[in-house]
Amino acid sequence: MAHFTKATSVHDWLDQRLAVDTLQRVLSKEYWIPKNINFLWAMGMVLAFTFGILLVSGIFLLMYYQPNVDLAFDSVNYTIMREVDFGWLWRHVHAVAASVVFLIIYIHMLTGIYYGSYKKGREIIWISGMLLFVAFSAEAFSGYMLPWGQMSYWAGMVITNLFSLGSLEFNGLVEWIRGDYVPGQAFLDRFFMLHVLLIPLAILGLIGLHFGALRIPHVNNQDGEEFDFEEEAAKYKAGDKKSSKVIAFANDFLAKDMFVVSIYLIFFFYLVFWHFGFAMDPINFDPADGLKTPPHIYPEWYFLWSYEILRPFPKDPGLIAFGFAQVIFFLLPFLDRSPNAVPASRRGLFFFWFWAMVIDLIVLTAMGKLPPQGIYSTIGLYAAWVFIGLWVALPFITKMEKRV
Amino acid sequence: MEQSRRGFMGKVFGAVAGVGAVGTLYAMKKSWDPLPSVKAAGFTTVDVSAAEPNKMVIEKWRGKPIFVLKKTAEMVAKQSADETARDVIVNGEHFLICIGLCTHLGCIPAYREAKQDFKCACHGGEFDASGINTLPPPPSPMVIPPFNVKGNTVVLGEEGEAYRKMKDAGVLA
Repeated sequence: MAHFTKATSVHDWLDQRLAVDTLQRVLSKEYWIPKNINFLWAMGMVLAFTFGILLVSGIFLLMYYQPNVDLAFDSVNYTIMREVDFGWLWRHVHAVAASVVFLIIYIHMLTGIYYGSYKKGREIIWISGMLLFVAFSAEAFSGYMLPWGQMSYWAGMVITNLFSLGSLEFNGLVEWIRGDYVPGQAFLDRFFMLHVLLIPLAILGLIGLHFGALRIPHVNNQDGEEFDFEEEAAKYKAGDKKSSKVIAFANDFLAKDMFVVSIYLIFFFYLVFWHFGFAMDPINFDPADGLKTPPHIYPEWYFLWSYEILRPFPKDPGLIAFGFAQVIFFLLPFLDRSPNAVPASRRGLFFFWFWAMVIDLIVLTAMGKLPPQGIYSTIGLYAAWVFIGLWVALPFITKMEKRV
Repeated sequence: MEQSRRGFMGKVFGAVAGVGAVGTLYAMKKSWDPLPSVKAAGFTTVDVSAAEPNKMVIEKWRGKPIFVLKKTAEMVAKQSADETARDVIVNGEHFLICIGLCTHLGCIPAYREAKQDFKCACHGGEFDASGINTLPPPPSPMVIPPFNVKGNTVVLGEEGEAYRKMKDAGVLA
C-alpha cells in the first residue's frame, strides 16, 4: 500500500493523490517555448479555443435539434432560431466558428509549411495535424447535413456518390454508406451520430496526439534555429531569463497566446453579430427536396480548392486528381528532400514554390465558387494542373536546394 | 513452464478476440445496410396514357427521380438507331424512361423543351432526348431502370421482356 500522510492543505491532499504539482510542472511551468516566435505561433491556441466554442455551442444546439427528415429543418430554422432564447446565438456562433476554424487551420498549416515545421523530428506533428484536418473536414461535412436543407441534401448526394469511385461503379458501397438508395432517414441519423459523437471523439484523441508529438521536438522558431532546450531551460531556471532562448509555456508564453486569442475573439464575435451571413448559405434555407437540384451546387469556401481540382476533369481523372489533392499534403515531410528546416525566405526556389502554392490555392478557391463555364472552367483546369505540377516539382527543387 | 502458460493464455485471448472482432465487424457492416422496409418499397406503377409529347414528367422510384418523356413523331423520325434502341414503347408511342440523375455525380439535369435535351446545372453535362450523354463530364447515358410495360402503365422495379432485350443489347446505360 502506498504511503499517505495527513494532508496539510487541500492542495497537499490533492498533490498526494494526483501529483498535481508534478503535472503542472511537466505540462506548463517547465514546458519550454522558444523566444524567437511571432503571433502566428498562437494559432494552435486559437484553434483549441475555437474547438471549445464549437463544443459548447454544439451542446446547446443538440438539446433542441431533431435528427428526423420531417422535423430537422424546422427544429433548426423555427425552434432554435425563433423559440429558444438565444438559440440564434448558438447557431450563428456554431456556423461562424465552423467556417472560421478552417481559416485558422489554413493559416496554421501554411505557417508550418513556410517555416519548415514538418521535418527534423516534427513529422508526426505534421501528420497528426493533417489527420486533424481530415477529421475537421468530416465534422464540417456531417454537420452540414443536419439542417436538412437543399444544400445539405445535395452536398450529401454528391459527396457520397464519390464513393462509387467513378467507373468502378461501387453503387453498393454508396447505398451502404447512405443506408438507402438516396439520402434519407438512415443517412441523416448516421451523420448525426458521426457529427455529435464519433468524429468529435476522434478529434479529441488526435488533439492529444498532436500535442504529444510536440513535446520531444518542441515548437519550431521563426529563424529555424536549432538549440539545446535542456541547456536553455537550465539557464532560465537558474534565473538567467535574459540570455536563455526559451520561456516557460505558463505563464510567460500563455500571456501572449491569450492576448492573440483576445484579438481573435473580438474579430470572431464581430462576425457572429454582424456578418454571420457568409456562413449561412441562402439555398440551405429551402427544405431538402430530392426531386429538385439547386442550379449551382458548391461546397463551403474551405472545400472549394479541392472541389475545383475535381471539377474540370472528366469523371475518373477528376476523382484521381481529387484523391491526390486529399492525401498529398500528408506526404509533405517526405517530398521535401531538403535538410533545411528554415523559413522559406532562406530556401531559394522553395520560397517561390510556397507562394505559387498559396496563389494557386486562392485561384482554385475563387474558380470553385464560380459556375463551371467558359473562361472559369479553363482557368480552373490550368490551376488544377499547376497544383499537381507543383507537387511533382517539389522533390526536385528541394533536392537541388543548397544547405544553409 | 510459467512462460509457456502465459503464451498459451495469450493465444487463447488472441483467438477469442479474433473471432469476436470478425463477428463484431460483420454485425456493424450489416447494421449499416439499407433496411428491409427501404428495400421493399421498391415498385412504382406509372400510367403514361395522359402524357403529352415533349413534356417531361418526373416520377419517383426508390427515392430517385424518374424522367418520363413522350417523344413527338418528329423526334422519333429524326433520331439515330442508338437512340431508338433506348425507347420504351407503350401502345406504339415512344418514351424515354430513365433515372433522372446525371451519371457524373448524381444531380438532376433539367429538360430544355426548345432544345429537346437535358442540361445538368452542377457541372455542365448534357444529354440528348434519349438520355445519352453528349457533353462531358457525365461518362455514360442516364440509366434505364428495370421496367415492365403493362397496357397503359409501366411498372418500375420489375424486369419485363422489353427491359431484358435492352439489357442484352447493352443500352441500359
